[in-house]
Amino acid sequence: MRSGASLYVMDPRRTETAAWADVWLGLRVGSDIALANAMARVIIHAGLVHQEFIGRATTGFDAYKACVEKYTLEFAERETGIPGDVIRDAALAYARAPRAMICWTLGITEHHNAVDNVLSLINLALLTGKVGKYGCGLNPLRGQNNVQGGGDMGAIPNRLTGFQDNTVPEIRERFEKAWGAKIQPTHGWNLTQMFHAMDEGKLTSLYIIGENPAQSDADAHRIETRLSGLDHLVVQDIFLTKTAEFATVVFPASSSWCEAEGTVTNSERRVQRCRKAVDAPGDARDDIWIINEIARRLGHDFGNPSAETVWNDVRRVAPHMFGGMSYQRLEEFDGLQWPCADESKPGAQFLHGRLWENPVGGTPAPFSVVEHEPPVEQPDAEYPFVLTTGRRLESYNTGVQSQGYNSPLHRGESVDISPEDALRMDVMDGEPLRVTSRRGSVVAPARIDDALKPGLVFMTLHSPDQVATNVLTIDEFDPKSGTAEFKACAVRVEKAFVRHAQMRATTAVVKVAH
Amino acid sequence: MDLHFSDATPTTEERDAVDALLGLPSSGWDGGVRDPVRDTHTARGGHEARAMRHLLLPALHAAQSRVGWLSEGALNYVCKRLSVPPADAWGVATFYALFSTTPRPKRVLHVCDDIACKCAGADTLIADLERAVGPAYHAPKGDHVEVAEFTWMRSPCLGLCDQAPAALLQEAGPQPAERMVGSATLDTLGPLLRSGTPADAVSPPFRGGAPPAPGERRLLTRRVGEVDPTSLDAYRKSGGYDALKEAIEVGAERVIAEVTASKLLGRGGAAFPTGRKWDAVARQPAQPHYLVCNADESEPGTFKDRVLMEEDPFALVESMTIAGFATGCELGYLYVRGEYPLANERVRDAIAQARESGLLGDNVLGKGVKFDIEIRRGAGAYICGEETALFNSIEGMRGEPRNKPPFPVQAGLFGKPTVVNNVETLMNVPHILMMGGAEYAKIGTEQSTGTRLFCVSGSVRKPGLYEAAFGITAKQLLEMAGGVTKGRKVQTVLLGGAAGVFIRPDELDMVLTFEGTRAAKATLGSGVFMVVDSQTELKPLLLRIAAFFRDESCGQCVPCRVGTVRQEESLHRIATGKARGGMKGEVALLDDVGMAMKDASICGLGQTAYSAVESAIHRLRIYQ
Repeated sequence: MRSGASLYVMDPRRTETAAWADVWLGLRVGSDIALANAMARVIIHAGLVHQEFIGRATTGFDAYKACVEKYTLEFAERETGIPGDVIRDAALAYARAPRAMICWTLGITEHHNAVDNVLSLINLALLTGKVGKYGCGLNPLRGQNNVQGGGDMGAIPNRLTGFQDNTVPEIRERFEKAWGAKIQPTHGWNLTQMFHAMDEGKLTSLYIIGENPAQSDADAHRIETRLSGLDHLVVQDIFLTKTAEFATVVFPASSSWCEAEGTVTNSERRVQRCRKAVDAPGDARDDIWIINEIARRLGHDFGNPSAETVWNDVRRVAPHMFGGMSYQRLEEFDGLQWPCADESKPGAQFLHGRLWENPVGGTPAPFSVVEHEPPVEQPDAEYPFVLTTGRRLESYNTGVQSQGYNSPLHRGESVDISPEDALRMDVMDGEPLRVTSRRGSVVAPARIDDALKPGLVFMTLHSPDQVATNVLTIDEFDPKSGTAEFKACAVRVEKAFVRHAQMRATTAVVKVAH
Repeated sequence: MDLHFSDATPTTEERDAVDALLGLPSSGWDGGVRDPVRDTHTARGGHEARAMRHLLLPALHAAQSRVGWLSEGALNYVCKRLSVPPADAWGVATFYALFSTTPRPKRVLHVCDDIACKCAGADTLIADLERAVGPAYHAPKGDHVEVAEFTWMRSPCLGLCDQAPAALLQEAGPQPAERMVGSATLDTLGPLLRSGTPADAVSPPFRGGAPPAPGERRLLTRRVGEVDPTSLDAYRKSGGYDALKEAIEVGAERVIAEVTASKLLGRGGAAFPTGRKWDAVARQPAQPHYLVCNADESEPGTFKDRVLMEEDPFALVESMTIAGFATGCELGYLYVRGEYPLANERVRDAIAQARESGLLGDNVLGKGVKFDIEIRRGAGAYICGEETALFNSIEGMRGEPRNKPPFPVQAGLFGKPTVVNNVETLMNVPHILMMGGAEYAKIGTEQSTGTRLFCVSGSVRKPGLYEAAFGITAKQLLEMAGGVTKGRKVQTVLLGGAAGVFIRPDELDMVLTFEGTRAAKATLGSGVFMVVDSQTELKPLLLRIAAFFRDESCGQCVPCRVGTVRQEESLHRIATGKARGGMKGEVALLDDVGMAMKDASICGLGQTAYSAVESAIHRLRIYQ
């Protein structure tokens, strides 16, 4: 951006990123598809689609075109709240830019229709041919350094290492041969499905590594009930988290950043080495060591492997992605981007470069017909506000790692509320508010923030010990991805205490200031 | 102030002052009234907003010149208007001496207590003022502050050294007024403080040097005191704009060739060949190119650029236009020292007239040349005379110097190729073009061509601005100024300003050229020639110089930030008879600190902060 790139931010709140942007499009929570489809319609009507790319490298354009035709600017303005002219300008800017990329984070994915949201963005990139080439593409920005790596390794319920489907017999056999163990032929459960399986008594033992669902997941009251109802819970973490307090056994682990060897994969698929710099304190052990010991006691001898041995095994079972990435080469090139099948390959700068090959390498990319569907829980007379949750710059997730030190930026948890609503409700900055959803109720101080629009309040999960925001959130989830709708639920906001007459007088002054 | 906005709001006056500069806000996001529909769903910002950062300094000036200080509400409003984080704006506002972030009266008298004025009795004047009016301004504490009608404060050199002691009156309001006061006494300052500035506030008239001696050349000062500086017609009648016509006629390359042939060296202190600098910028492929005229004349003892701007502003405008034309700049910034109200007024006026007459703008002289000038007013920071600090100041940052390289010719203002020249340097250019570079090079000496302006002050009969062809000696210059004050003897002459050197009376045969002073391990600096007579105590002057550098160090690099403090502390110990390790010990320490500053400071301020003190110790041997 210092070199002149423009930034358009679509976010219900005018965040600090949005304030840095050239244009902020402050859509209503959960109206992402209405916005994306309306932009597509503008691009199609302006004749800015990449005809040649669409014809050669995609399928399903006609159905898509028919679908977005009803997403007029008037409709989009009504659904998103963004002025139609602003939507039009953004669409034209995206289509006309020689290079443009779309990046997103949890605002797209923490919805009941998460996958559809993502598909609506993919459609835009396909429409304009802005994928698989320099300066373009679709980037789900990761909240942690190794989210991508977790998926790469197969720490997802429906894929083995290297995104290989375990329901395909040939793949399964190959892994069984390599590992000398049976692989189950069905997909596993995702997080949300596991919770539901606990409710039904189908899941009774759980091994959690480096996650704090007791505080990070939606509808926290129910999660506590679920965790305490398990027969056996093992928690492996570098801190004694709230979740660990429910555990039968806790394994103190080492930090995989500076206390362990290994690799991480970042958002651009670049596998990088991380190196051990210090010994883990006390009885904390390397994750590999812990897992190895458990396996040994379960009757499988992994032979006490080093991080490099494990990595070489990954290369062996997923050669199409990691075959060419020896530790030596990773060090030599400061990391390599997958796929990198053998040591003669430099790694792939563009994942979807194949779409520009002539003829297209592999299957063409499909357009997806996706329709706008508002969040499951709509505000009503009883719960008139929309609560959206998110992060603050200075804090990290449930605060296990970030609340323990002082920072001038720590402001504590608050209910961020628009100046208009604060004025209407006669709320002072810092005044305790009670926020109630159909599932629970919490009290937190108000923070009047002009980044919010009327009818919208914002909270985070950073200080669950003080304000358990996730007792409010809804356990509705996207059946395709298993992600819960953290970004939208209906709440009621009211003053937690009746205020003194004298304090009211002060309020009047403050109101003038706003 | 904090990283976040506070609840403080601007007063109507403050808001109006800022809006008068920036226009009305366009939405609730940049300080206007929030539209609950549109503003809650869209906002503009980004590059467009960040490109306004350079208006921060003018906006702060606007607010302060209306109400006399920068309140938190005013700062909040300025930040919202320009999308500047409040902590950033706080950093800028507190960087400059003329800005106050604590409540201060609208009428403020700045009384110079710097070296030239000290020699002329500033300390007595200040003592009188304290007795008659009360103590100098100090920042009030607490929330509810009664702001008095007027106050006064000490100031570093105000550039009126030929009329010492000097003062500057500033009065905030809808029509802010300013007035420079020369030869100040309690009798003139007292009424001024109490009743304010008359509406026709002007600076005292120019008191020039002696009429030119026969055969002596006056180039830059030839209109000074002779031609009405407010009239474009008068300027044109006296040969004005002939040079620009000539420049456009012969073309940019030829202009640079002539300037190169003239062997003109920069008069700002670094003596860099101007032609080489112009050529380097003209060749830079990166666009746009910028011209910056450094008129932030703040070297104690210097007032030449002030006089040129006050007395011949059109010549500066023409010179800048030629420079811009030659180096491919379409925009020039003229950064004028904040303490120069009349110079500011005159150049502003001259630019407006030039613009009206088609001498600036999209079609200069009807020849399709595009060039315009923006004025930036400094706010009291010596360091902003350093070229890269000046860039930062224009850009709306704290005026802290940048590391070099990259040099300004490659990446200067806004990161673009930039020509930066001092007022005096630029004003030589029309003469070079009119007489030809080769002819110009015949004036002066082989290595120092042309004329030089000398700011003669202190114990001389006729202090003032003197122009002479390079080659005169210190003794000749002293004679031009009528010699030392009657009944006094020369103790020393400070050459080149606070960053210069003291020379002995037996060194007055020194030739005042670049090479002559260099050979004598002295410097011409900014042309300061300050005569100190034998009845004046030198040690308090050294302390004042040390205090000046300590105060003006931007604090960015350690050698200068710490060194200037240590230097002042050491001189204080000597002055109070508490020398550590004897005089020898202190001198060794001063030498050590001085060397560290010279070797390791980022910019010229730190590198020369020991220069004058060093010369007093080792040339004058005052501590023996």
